[in-house]
Parts: sequence; structure tokens; C-alpha cells
Amino acid sequence: MIVQATPGRTEQHETRAAPMASASRLEAIARGDKVASETHEALASEEGVLEIEQFDLWYGQAQALHDISMRIPKGKVTALVGPSGCGKSTLLRSVNRLNDLIDTVRIEGDMVLNGASIYGPGVDVIELRKRMGMVFQKSNPFPMSIYENVVYSLRIDGERNKKTLDEVCERSLRGAALWDEVKGRLQESALGLSGGQQQRLCIARAIAAEPEVLLMDEPCSALDPIATNKIEDLIEQLKGEYTILIVTHNMQQAARSSDYTAFMYLGRLIEYGPTDVIFQNPLLPETQDYVTGRFG
Amino acid sequence: MTNPDSTKGASRKRGRRSMTLYAEGEPMVWLTGGALAIALLMIITMLVYVGFMGAANFWPLPIVEVRTASGELLLGEVTRQQLYQPPVANLAQLDEARLKRVQGEMGERDGFVRRRLVRTGNYELTGSRFHWVSDYNIDEEHNPEWAIVAERMEWGNFYGYPLSFLIDGEVVADTPESVWAQVQAIHKEIRARWQSRKRLETHDIGRANREEERARLAMVDAERRFDGGAIGAEQRDQARRDYEETFARVRKDHARITAEIRALNQKNERYVLRMRTGTGQETTLHLADVVRAYPANRLTAAQKTGVFLSRWREFLTDDPREANQEGGVFPAIIGTVTMTLVMTLFVVPFGVLAALYLREYAKAGPLVSAVRIAINNLAGVPSIVFGVFGLGFFCYIFGGYIDEWFYSARLPAPTFRKGGVLWASSTLALLTLPVVIVATEEALAAVPSSMREGSYACGASKWQTIVRIVLPRAMPGIMTGMILAMARGAGEVAPLMLVGAVKLAPDLPLDFMNWSGTLGPILTGPIHLDRSFMHLGFHIYDVGFQSPDSEAARPMVFTTTLLLIGIIVVLNLSAMVLRGKLRKRFMTGAF
Ligand SMILES: Nc1ncnc2c1ncn2[C@@H]1O[C@H](COP(=O)(O)OP(=O)(O)O)[C@@H](O)[C@H]1O
Ligand SMILES: [Mg+2]
Repeated sequence: MIVQATPGRTEQHETRAAPMASASRLEAIARGDKVASETHEALASEEGVLEIEQFDLWYGQAQALHDISMRIPKGKVTALVGPSGCGKSTLLRSVNRLNDLIDTVRIEGDMVLNGASIYGPGVDVIELRKRMGMVFQKSNPFPMSIYENVVYSLRIDGERNKKTLDEVCERSLRGAALWDEVKGRLQESALGLSGGQQQRLCIARAIAAEPEVLLMDEPCSALDPIATNKIEDLIEQLKGEYTILIVTHNMQQAARSSDYTAFMYLGRLIEYGPTDVIFQNPLLPETQDYVTGRFG
Repeated sequence: MTNPDSTKGASRKRGRRSMTLYAEGEPMVWLTGGALAIALLMIITMLVYVGFMGAANFWPLPIVEVRTASGELLLGEVTRQQLYQPPVANLAQLDEARLKRVQGEMGERDGFVRRRLVRTGNYELTGSRFHWVSDYNIDEEHNPEWAIVAERMEWGNFYGYPLSFLIDGEVVADTPESVWAQVQAIHKEIRARWQSRKRLETHDIGRANREEERARLAMVDAERRFDGGAIGAEQRDQARRDYEETFARVRKDHARITAEIRALNQKNERYVLRMRTGTGQETTLHLADVVRAYPANRLTAAQKTGVFLSRWREFLTDDPREANQEGGVFPAIIGTVTMTLVMTLFVVPFGVLAALYLREYAKAGPLVSAVRIAINNLAGVPSIVFGVFGLGFFCYIFGGYIDEWFYSARLPAPTFRKGGVLWASSTLALLTLPVVIVATEEALAAVPSSMREGSYACGASKWQTIVRIVLPRAMPGIMTGMILAMARGAGEVAPLMLVGAVKLAPDLPLDFMNWSGTLGPILTGPIHLDRSFMHLGFHIYDVGFQSPDSEAARPMVFTTTLLLIGIIVVLNLSAMVLRGKLRKRFMTGAF
């Protein structure tokens, strides 16, 4: 059975008033029925950096992503929201093919990064990953100096020129709003930084190679509120310069810092549109329920 | 049993009590704590015992002179004492007064009497080194002021009284004081001459011999190549001439060195010390042969400390003498350390690479599990089996090929086709490989996947991730494996007996005077991998259980054991410090 998305705004108010309808779609998903996702018109006019095309993913027998199609617009911040275990991280890790490291993973469909297939035959995964940056939930600075952490992606490319490295290091640290705090101790171990600083260092590392898309998986969830604020400000600054795909658990954060928001549920994309619309006037009552905190 | 209710109640009660015991956990604390305490106690007891026996044994003892009932005179040091039950037959022969004394002592000591072991030395005169004397048998005992202990290069200790001192046959002193003053004035100089003589004998003559040997090998090689048609007669003749030239030069060297030695000897022979033994015999001591002499009963505490330290110094820095029962263990220290370090050099890279493959590359499956189990079992194979394998495989097969390919000129004398540092290290590397593999695997597994993922996300390849992220992070764990392997390897004895440890090795495996070590075409500088070596563990076994006079060897066994434990502790401590540094560098400071 295919549950059709409810078209039009007027009807939406009625369905929102009736939680039953909302439950029925989620129930249908829970039963395993195919449910079409609702993507807003606004995205059609955006230039996409990354196109996700009918993407499915299985961990062994268990399907974690169902038929996801999304366009990630250039120079914008796109937030992925949804309850725990709905496949946000899985989707994010599929973009830079980190899931390849897990033996049981099998995929169908494709993604396209600036016109080049990601999962196509003969793709050099190493080269592909160099075109993206990723920031993880828990900061993971490498056991080396702050400087070496930032220029890591250049080092593995064999860059030796001290001047280039210095430039990249400073630019990235400035970009990650960390330069002023660490400029005097670049050669000290990165492990001596505070949690928030470590996460900003990871952001600096991710932007050092000028990524075409920056992937962030709940970058603030392990940080205290002050550090979280700093990172949110930082995302605000990075907006426009970088295309950002960010997973977040925090609705306020999504509402504040993203341009587009995608709501996922049980491995499906439910609704995807401009953030203000998703938060104030979504097409689907399920989305409304989730963003207002009625479930999830 | 008559009342079923009461039994039921009792059993229920008992059941409940045992429940509470478990629940409280108090007895478990005692059980576990007690087990730990017993384990610690055993270890500490052993260490303290070895430490005491080992450290104390260089302290100079007083000299006693006793006269026994049979009129025998004994002069020497009391090395130990024990209580025993005197055989009835012995007692029957005693006279009245003495019997009374024995019975009195036996009454005091529950039927036992005391006897003491007196080290009387003077082996070349009396044919024995030790005498037991029972207290009841002693008529007279005192500590003579001018009794002197002389530790000699040969024949062990000498005990006696100074009579006179002669220079060029003329008596220059004839009272104990003046004789002793003369000895002290001249002894250092004589020993220095003796040392230079020894250096000439071992080092200079050795170098001359090596030079000749090299030339001879070159000639043999040339002859062989001439026979094979590789070179012409002219080149062969040139090689022969070269050899003859070298030979002549070496002969000259020999003559010069021998003359120098003779001159040194002549100088030393001018001085003669006449001594009288406890039994009144007169004899001559050559001061060049005396390592150390002192009037034991006249020493102040400071002088005793001086003797103590000088003995320790000799122990740590000198060659052994007296069939390893006296003197130093320097060659064994060098042998043990060299062997352990070379072993570490072999085992760590191999173990780490193997563990890397197992943990990072191999796909988990029955084969990998089987390999892992096999490696763990390898750690349980008796070490002598490794020794046999090392002898058969490394020495005879590998060594045979190496000799054939690179040292054929020396054949049939083996170079690597016999025990030596290389094969001992290889054998022990094999033995300790499981330790390193297991520790490294654990260290690799403990590297958080977030680190690897972060590296991959930056576009690093697998190998780059391993080299730049995983290995540094795992380094402290790998060091732990290395420490365990070193401790195991340094303390191992059984396999070494088969693959290179020997009783006495005149040439050190690590020789900074001679940088001509080779392994086939590879230059190894001061490390002579082909040489057999002395090893502290083997030394303990050899001196303690293979020497003809176990009583004389006792102190050496304890001191060597102490030293071996000390060396292992030092090796481990330094590796631990290094590991601590690495850990600080790579693991601290998150949040
Ligand atoms: N390595 C894995 N192996 C098997 N199942 C996994 C693995 N990682 C995630 N999953 C499953 O995939 C689903 C999506 O997980 P995830 O993408 O981490 O969710 P989210 O990030 O939205 O919380 C979950 O049901 C989770 O149990
Ligand atoms: Mg997640």
C-alpha cells in the first residue's frame, strides 16, 4: 500500500488537528509499507552539490535506509533531524563511504557529488573522501600536535612545503574560530585542549582541504552549553562558504542554524524543505508533531 | 532427625547464613586479599633472601685461628654454620672433659651441636679449601692480628702471616708492619703492569692474529678462484706475496709484544713476599698474582667498606677467574644484554607486522582464529624445544648456508654453523614472538575506531592510517609486549645452552675494540653475531651445579642471581619509563 502525501495547505490544518492521521503514516512505515517522501518546491530551484538518488542501505539483513532521494543545495546548511536510530548517521556516513569499512553493509542506488558518481564503478574512495570533510559526534583529535592535526589531510597527500602548510593551518584554525586560542602552542599535543576546543580543531581539520561538502554528525552533542554556542556561531560563519550537511538532535539548533531541514523516520525521508517552513508550517502533520516535540 | 520440623528449620537457617556470607562478600575480600598477600610474601621472601645472600657475600669476614683437639691448626674465614647431631661413634672417642662439654651443649640445643665451615684456602699446599669444625672439638680460638687474606688469580684465597719482603733478593722488611707497608706501596704498580701485560696478550696479539688470518683467508680465496679459473696466476701470486708480507710483519709484531711482556714480567718478579701459613709452612707469594690482600682483623669499618666496594667493582667489571667461581661476570653481563637487545631487535618488528596483518588486514574467520590459537599455544611450548629447533634449523641449516656462501675460505672451521649470539637471539625471538603478537593485537584493538574513521574521513589510505594514527596510539601497548618479551628472554636459560651460551668466552659479543663484525655481506661493527657468549642465567646454572666445588661457588650463585634480577628490572624500568612518556604524549587530556 502506498500512502500518498497530503497535498495542499488547507487540508493540513485539519490533519494536524487530528493526530490519528499522523499516527497512520508512521504506523504504515512501522509496518514496512512504502511511503513517499515530501520534498518542497523550494529545493528544485537550488543548485545541488550532492544528489542522493534512490539510496537504500542494509546492515546485513536489516535495511537502515529506504529509498532516499535528496538534493543538498550548494552553500547552504542542511539539517538532518529525526528520532534516534532513524538512519541519520548512516546516511551521512554513506556520503563519504565510511560505511565501506563495515563488512556487512550493502547498498543500492547512488549519490552524485558535483556531477561525479560516488558509488559508481571504479571510483577511488580515497580521492573521493578528500573532497569532503567530516566532523564526528565525539571529537577525535589525532595523537599528534595541534598543527599536525590541522594539516593532516595535506600531509597524507605528501605536501611538504612549510609555507603552504603554515598558511593552511592558520586559515583553517581561523575558520574554526580557534586561532586566537592556540596560535601560541601549535606544536603542543592536541589532546591537551578542552572538549570544545578539540571539536573546533576537528572542524579546522575538516575544512583544511577545502571540502566540497562538510558533513557534521551531531557535533555538539558531547559538549557543554557554552562550547555548543561557540560551535553554533561557527556554523553560522561557515555558512555560505561551505556546503554543510549536519545531523542534529537539537531542534532549536536546527531551527537556528540551518537553511533546509530534512525529517527522517525509520530509515525514510519524510519531509524535506526550507527550515522555517518545516518548523512553522510543515506539509505533514508527522513533521509538525516531531518538530514541536510531541514524539521522538 | 526425630523431629522433621527442626531439621528443616536448621537447614533453612544454614542456607540463609551462607546466603548472607555471599551477599556481604566479606569472606571473599579475605580470600582474594589473602591470596594476593601470600603471593606477594613468596615473591618478597625470595627477593629478600637472594638480595641478602647476594649483597652480603662481598663483606670481608674476620679471620679465625683454631686449634682442634687433634692438634690441627686451621686459619681462615668462617663462611657459615649449622647445627647437627653428632654420631654416637664420634662421641665415644672423646675424653671425659670434652664429653661433658658436648653433653652440656647438646642439653642447651635439644641434642644438637654447632659446627662451622672454615674457609682455609691455600689449596695448592693442602689440597682442600674448606674444613668443618665442631665447637666441642676446639681447644683454642682467636683472631690473630696479622693474618692476611690474599685473593689470587689462581688457587683461590691464601691465608697466612707476612714474614718478609724482598726486592731483588734482598730483604727490605721483616716485621709484619713493615712488610705490609711495602706491599701496600708497591701492589698497585705491580697490578697495573700485570694489567698491561694482559692487554698485550689478549688485545694486541689478538689483533695481530686477526690480521694474519684475514690475509690467509684472502690467499685461500685467491687460490680457490684460481682453481676455478676466475683469476689468473698473476693475481694468485700477488695474493700469496701479500700474505707472506703480512705474515712477516705479524711475526715481527709478535716478537715485539713478547719482548714487552717479558720486560713487564721481569719488573714484577723483582718483588717477592714471603708468607707463613697457619700450619707454619713458609711460601712465596707473587704480588702480580694477588688481586687483593688485606689484614682482615685489622680493618676499620671504612676499610671493610672499601674491600666490599672493590669486590663489587671487580664482580661487575672484570673477567671471571678460578673456573668462574671468583672474579667478575662482566662478559656474562655483556652477553646477556647484547643477546637480549638483538633479540628485541628481531622480535618486535616481526611481531608487530604479524599482529598488524592479523588485526588490520586478515578477514575474521576460522583460519584467523586457528592461527591465533596456534600463536597462543606457541607460548606454552617448553623452551628447550625452541632450543633444539634453533640448533637444528638456525645453526645447522641457516648457519651452514651462510658459511658456504660467505665464509667458505674458513671452512671447515664453522663461523655461523655453530652456536652464537645471532642464533641465540633468533631462537629467543621465536620463543617470545607470541608475547609480542598478543600484546600488539590487544593494543591495536584498543585504538578507538573514532580515530581510524577520522583518518579515513580525511582521505587517508589504510596504510597511512595505520602508520600515522594506529601505530603511535598503540605504541604504549606494543612497548608492554616488548617489555614482557625482554624479561622473558633475558631470564631464559635452557634453549641458550644449545644455541650459543658457553661457560667461558674469551671474546665478547659486543667489542668496541674490534669493529670487524660481519653477517655475510652486512657489516655489524662492534656486534659479533657469530661469537658464542656468556650469559648470566647460564652462569648461575654452570657455577652452581656444574662446578667441582659447590661450597666455593655458593656466593657467586647468589650474587649472580641478584645481578640477573637487577638487570631484568633495569631493562624493564627503562622500557616502562619510555612507555610512560609515549602514553603521556599519545593518550592524555581528553576533556
Ligand atoms: N554498524 C552497524 N551494524 C548494524 N546496524 C547498525 C550499525 N550502525 C547502525 N546500525 C543500525 O542502523 C540504524 C540507524 O542507525 P544510525 O544511522 O546510527 O541512526 P541515527 O544516527 O539516526 O541515530 C539503527 O537501527 C542502528 O541500530
Ligand atoms: Mg547518530
